[in-house]
Amino acid sequence: MKSLAELQAIRDKMKNNMGVRGDDTGNIRVVVGMATCGIAAGARPVLQAFTEEAAARGLTNVTISQTGCIGICQYEPVVEVMEPGREKVTYVKMDPDKAERVVAEHLAGGKVVTEYTIGAAK
Amino acid sequence: MYRSHVLVCGGTGCTSSGSAKIIEAFEDEIRQVGLENEVKVVRTGCFGLCALGPVVIIYPEGSFYSRVNPDDVKEIVDEHLLKGRIVKRLLYTETVEEDTVKSLNETDFYKKQMRVALRNCGVINPEDINEYIAYDGYQALGKVLTEMTPDDVIDVMKRSGLRGRGGAGFPTGLKWSFAKASVDDQKYVCCNADEGDPGAFMDRSVLEGDPHAVLEAMAIAGYAIGANQGYIYVRAEYPIAVKRLEIAIGQAREMGLLGKDIFGSGFDFDIELRLGAGAFVCGEETALMTSIEGHRGEPRPRPPFPAVKGLFGKPSVLNNVETYANIPQIILKGPEWFASMGTEKSKGTKVFALGGKIHNTGLVEVPMGTTLREIVEEIGGGVPNGKKFKAAQTGGPSGGCIPASLIDTEIDYDNLIAIGSMMGSGGLIVMDEDNCMVDIAKFFLEFTVDESCGKCTPCRVGTKRLYEMLDKITQGRGTLEDLDKMEALCHYIKENALCGLGQTAPNPVLSTLRYFRDEYEAHVVQKTCPAGVCKKLVSYTILADKCRGCTLCARQCPVNAISGTVKNPHVIDKEKCIKCGACIEKCKFGAIIKK
Repeated sequence: MKSLAELQAIRDKMKNNMGVRGDDTGNIRVVVGMATCGIAAGARPVLQAFTEEAAARGLTNVTISQTGCIGICQYEPVVEVMEPGREKVTYVKMDPDKAERVVAEHLAGGKVVTEYTIGAAK
Repeated sequence: MYRSHVLVCGGTGCTSSGSAKIIEAFEDEIRQVGLENEVKVVRTGCFGLCALGPVVIIYPEGSFYSRVNPDDVKEIVDEHLLKGRIVKRLLYTETVEEDTVKSLNETDFYKKQMRVALRNCGVINPEDINEYIAYDGYQALGKVLTEMTPDDVIDVMKRSGLRGRGGAGFPTGLKWSFAKASVDDQKYVCCNADEGDPGAFMDRSVLEGDPHAVLEAMAIAGYAIGANQGYIYVRAEYPIAVKRLEIAIGQAREMGLLGKDIFGSGFDFDIELRLGAGAFVCGEETALMTSIEGHRGEPRPRPPFPAVKGLFGKPSVLNNVETYANIPQIILKGPEWFASMGTEKSKGTKVFALGGKIHNTGLVEVPMGTTLREIVEEIGGGVPNGKKFKAAQTGGPSGGCIPASLIDTEIDYDNLIAIGSMMGSGGLIVMDEDNCMVDIAKFFLEFTVDESCGKCTPCRVGTKRLYEMLDKITQGRGTLEDLDKMEALCHYIKENALCGLGQTAPNPVLSTLRYFRDEYEAHVVQKTCPAGVCKKLVSYTILADKCRGCTLCARQCPVNAISGTVKNPHVIDKEKCIKCGACIEKCKFGAIIKK
């Protein structure tokens, strides 16, 4: 170890991987419906796309987790994004490409991708 | 990138209750369902709640599963990790409230705790230096080496008010300044990891859960006093701690955080391990250094103090594991932050090992000045089986008993000394009405008699005589005169023993005599043991009006001391009875009494 900058580079890289542990209050929570219907409709690749894309962009304030059936099986895979102080956004009929766009525009950019939301699907 | 981390406690407590098998089971099950690229399994240090081990925490939810069995793992993987449904049945019951799951930090055990020395225990993988770095590891060393002079470091330590966590509570900054002021071509930094008090295990937990914090702090101490070599004296009975220290030292060397020219500052520092064979006296600073030198572990008179003439005759600093664990945080967050916690003369937090008659056995870290009541009743969950709190023993064989009347004492170094106990390393053994205080004093004296190194007479002979008098009292042969003699001998030993072991050995006797003299007198005058512990003074009797003559006790008695016929009251032959208590346990009618 020759300099403090070197140490800080390791820390920043690792911090990204450790974000999952510890206090997640104040984080944006992304919840993927992972009951049988969700998994059958392809929720797992969606979940993976969220995880990878969030990591690639270094978003440490995002918690990605899963939940059971929300009750709208015909719209699976369903993803809900909950942000403190903002109304919950429900994305439906998701796939990995859509997931990447949600990470880029909504999670990183703060702009809801309206065309994927349940409101647009109805 | 993993979306979920499964943290399994790999401390000594959980390892002995089978956490290694649970880690294996998680890895297997996760592979079977194809989640190995999404979920990471991490072996961590101790979470503190040892009574409920093996313990597993799953993030990001922070679900705290307790007493996990290898058979439960499949359910957790299938339900929680695959489908996102928390397995409530296995959650720590305190976190489940009707339909909601509370955060662990809101449970009684954790909410009053403030984790400084234990901050990384149960959070990081102690065998991966990168995880330590992620939580600001080695930043303090970097700051010290690039921005501060040795005098700055000592000044910060002094202003923080940190005092030695090994027990005596000597101000750390002052100790360092003495060692720095000594001029010599070679100096040493030592770490006392020879944790010997019965019931204390916080140092083990830090070494197992966060070994790099100790290494980093030792390097900081080395820079402050001008030493380039460190030694950690750790007992061989701590195999997991030794292994993790070895791994940590190896990783730190590989990354250049130990070795030559650290952070390009020109400062060299390296650390070696020395294993102790488990002698209690080797936790005394001069005996510890004598043992590192390769001699028999015996203390020597002070002065000269180690800061002037220590290891190999060179100026040395010796600090305890928990003391070191606080130091990187003090450097990073500043002395004012540390001094804002605690009481006027005892700053920061203290780790206690809770044991004995208490619900939540385990490790707790609280700000100095927390009352004994908060620790025992709130964090510890109180005394089990509806029994009454009688006393708490702090400081192990060097400490004393705090009676129930002083349960509202704010615990810090000076308050404990004032009431005749001491902080010691932080063992806290809770006792209820079934504990005999004379027997407790005898237990600790037996320990010091065993562990006395024999170099000085007051300790070698004095503790032995003290033990014999205690033994005599528990046998019912003591006299009131013995009590006075004991007290005089205690003071004599305290004043004349060579080292801390002897000087503090009478404390368990003195403090029980002070607060529980009536109990001693009951043994001496009435020849009874009020708690029913001292076998010689207890007798078992069957109450004829309650005995139904079921014969269960007679069949249970290992020495055939109980006689009687079916449906008629039985009788115990007091000559034959060995007072094992097997009959009482079996009697369904409460007909047998012990007094």
